[in-house]
Amino acid sequence: MAPPVYDVPQAPPVAVFKLTADFREDSHPQKVNLGVGAYRTDDCQPWVLPVVKKVERLLVEDESLNHEYLPILGLPEFRSSASKVALGDDNPAFKENRVGAVQALGGTGALRIGADFLCRWYNGVNNAATPVYVSAPTWENHNGVFTDAGFKDIRPYHYWDAAKRGLDLTGLLDNLEKAPEHSIFILHACAHNPTGTDPTQEEWKTIAEVMKRRKLFPFFDSAYQGFASGNLEKDAWAIRFFISQGFELFIAQSFSKNFGLYNERVGNLTVVSKDNENLTRVLSQMEKIVRTTWSNPPSQGARIVSKTLNSPELFAEWFDNVKTMADRVLLMRDQLKSKLLALGTPGTWDHITQQIGMFSFTGLNPKQVEYLIKEKHVYLMASGRINMCGLTSKNIDYVSQAIHEAVTKVQ
Amino acid sequence: MTYEAPFPRFLSGSISLTGAMSLFSDVPQAPPVAVFKLTADFREDSHPQKVNLGVGAYRTDDCQPWVLPVVKKVERLLVEDESLNHEYLPILGLPEFRSSASKVALGDDNPAFKENRVGAVQALGGTGALRIGADFLCRWYNGVNNAATPVYVSAPTWENHNGVFTDAGFKDIRPYHYWDAAKRGLDLTGLLDNLEKAPEHSIFILHACAHNPTGTDPTQEEWKTIAEVMKRRKLFPFFDSAYQGFASGNLEKDAWAIRFFISQGFELFIAQSFSKNFGLYNERVGNLTVVSKDNENLTRVLSQMEKIVRTTWSNPPSQGARIVSKTLNSPELFAEWKDNVKTMADRVLLMRDQLKSKLLALGTPGTWDHITQQIGMFSFTGLNPKQVEYLIKEKHVYLMASGRINMCGLTSKNIDYVSQAIHEAVTKVQ
Repeated sequence: MAPPVYDVPQAPPVAVFKLTADFREDSHPQKVNLGVGAYRTDDCQPWVLPVVKKVERLLVEDESLNHEYLPILGLPEFRSSASKVALGDDNPAFKENRVGAVQALGGTGALRIGADFLCRWYNGVNNAATPVYVSAPTWENHNGVFTDAGFKDIRPYHYWDAAKRGLDLTGLLDNLEKAPEHSIFILHACAHNPTGTDPTQEEWKTIAEVMKRRKLFPFFDSAYQGFASGNLEKDAWAIRFFISQGFELFIAQSFSKNFGLYNERVGNLTVVSKDNENLTRVLSQMEKIVRTTWSNPPSQGARIVSKTLNSPELFAEWFDNVKTMADRVLLMRDQLKSKLLALGTPGTWDHITQQIGMFSFTGLNPKQVEYLIKEKHVYLMASGRINMCGLTSKNIDYVSQAIHEAVTKVQ
Repeated sequence: MTYEAPFPRFLSGSISLTGAMSLFSDVPQAPPVAVFKLTADFREDSHPQKVNLGVGAYRTDDCQPWVLPVVKKVERLLVEDESLNHEYLPILGLPEFRSSASKVALGDDNPAFKENRVGAVQALGGTGALRIGADFLCRWYNGVNNAATPVYVSAPTWENHNGVFTDAGFKDIRPYHYWDAAKRGLDLTGLLDNLEKAPEHSIFILHACAHNPTGTDPTQEEWKTIAEVMKRRKLFPFFDSAYQGFASGNLEKDAWAIRFFISQGFELFIAQSFSKNFGLYNERVGNLTVVSKDNENLTRVLSQMEKIVRTTWSNPPSQGARIVSKTLNSPELFAEWKDNVKTMADRVLLMRDQLKSKLLALGTPGTWDHITQQIGMFSFTGLNPKQVEYLIKEKHVYLMASGRINMCGLTSKNIDYVSQAIHEAVTKVQ
């Protein structure tokens, strides 16, 4: 046989999946997985939203549907309804015909198409040197997506203040002031991953003011709309504010969490441009990028979301399902904090209830995290990030006690 | 409040809050993808006898899309299966899909499976499989980030091959001789010459069967010769397999070339699409099969492909893969599927037969044997651009500028009209 022609090194596994793999192999009866970001019921089970189940049945009975290729940019009624969820039905930008969208493979796919486009066409042609700023810390895949899209200069912007366990606004604004003009900033629309710490409305206003003055490009990552507070409008406030301030911007929307459709890869890259003429040219180039990546997107998830969003009755049912999830998370936040306080665990724990969304940045250090995993079989990310959805009424005492031990025994 | 600058003159009546130019004002309009433009034009045409012989999707004799009966059955089974949820698939995809898909290509009993040197990446249709393979090769093949490795695509080939490999980073994409317009067949001499002269380690995109757009495949003897030269010249085979089963109606026959190459010891990639043979175009069901020298190399390759997938789509969509997997892994459903595939392949063969007969009966100048000799969905008619234009504009018969027609667009109801139209094009237009 011919010799192999490549010297390919083994790549390390993606941390969050490695954690889940280790968790699965662990046979300890009280093991808890607070790693990967997917919703769990109080029985610690995955949850297929009732409205999703209902719509799946409707779709399979619909004889008018077939499996012909979708357009390259995706299912039109999905794209428009998804963008409306982010911007609000009555956003003036719709009347001005300057909002478009690309159906994409989850939030990742939306980020990637946007990144590919920006590297090719933004701030010059193929200007791979345009700085891309991501929050410190941020979702681990942001760096990889923009790097593989071609960008050479990916920089952190101050975000998490470990000492005060909150937003480092001063540092963030300083980064904005000093960033080269036209730099791209990846902003988390709400429920920041991994810190759960969002700017207040006043803070967003300040951020927007500096970004406008410094001509910085806002690229929103919106993976938790509705899931963060239980309220779609509230979770989209920052996006809508930026648009009202006249920014051209991208929004990478994911419906993985708020529809529980993780494995059907339902995402949408919303593009807000100055006017329709520019929008048209932008979308035509995004079509070229999509064509050589996945040709045209998958139908099933988009049909489910589209049918739901476009029916007042199903929409209401969906909203209710989302609130169910958001409420359970809020309950767990409340209970975790209460139990830590009751145990007299050293430190302040307000951040547990102040933080928003699925994740909490506990403030636990790597040694404490290691203790939790190895000694207590409580699995969490090395950063101290926990997924609140992994907590249940059955395990919350065990977890609280485990955290208490980690904090008191390990420094 | 906001600064009201004078409006740039290209803005229409909308109010721009800052008055500045768009960040995208220098972005040029991209031309539409030709095959979709053709279908768009077809849709706008109101002529009662219009025929679309453009885009490559199967049509019934009523010219309708066809959801395979086995697919419909499995979709119902899936929606009733309470054990299924929507949790993320692994990055590389649904394991039972990947293995059953690779088995379809290689054959269940291929020794390579026992040798543990076959792996796969579930991908977004054939395009996604090609892209992940191309991204990987550009990064890790023939050195690290060696974007200069030549990539050879057949002349002609599927229009997206060039784009996929270019966007994966390759700088040197070259044609290899394939279609001989004069003899309306394979230019084997030219092809072999390209193979002999290609730099070592060049990548060759080979169509496993039912070549798109010519419908002309090498014979088994010709494949043997091609393989011999490729092995000697150390060339990398990257198979594009979009029509297995659909081409001849026989899965094994359509995979002969792939299996032969593997038996000859090549390490190779196969980009498989289940769009056509399962009629699952819009669920994006594809599989990148990787055949390596041994399991150790395979493991490292897959680990790097995982990194590439993670920054492209993170993990693949479930629905289509579940349908295919459930079907392939059940003897009863598998048999039903093969039957559905044969239905499609047989209808295409019938249309080929009838088109040729009618052209002969009309006495249309030229030879028309290639219509029945060519394989798969497409036929390279040999019509020139002027004749194509005549067909579209005067007869409302839509086909690609290359003269490629999709046999699936022909039906018992339109075949007389189309034959007559081709006859006119050939006799009236030179």
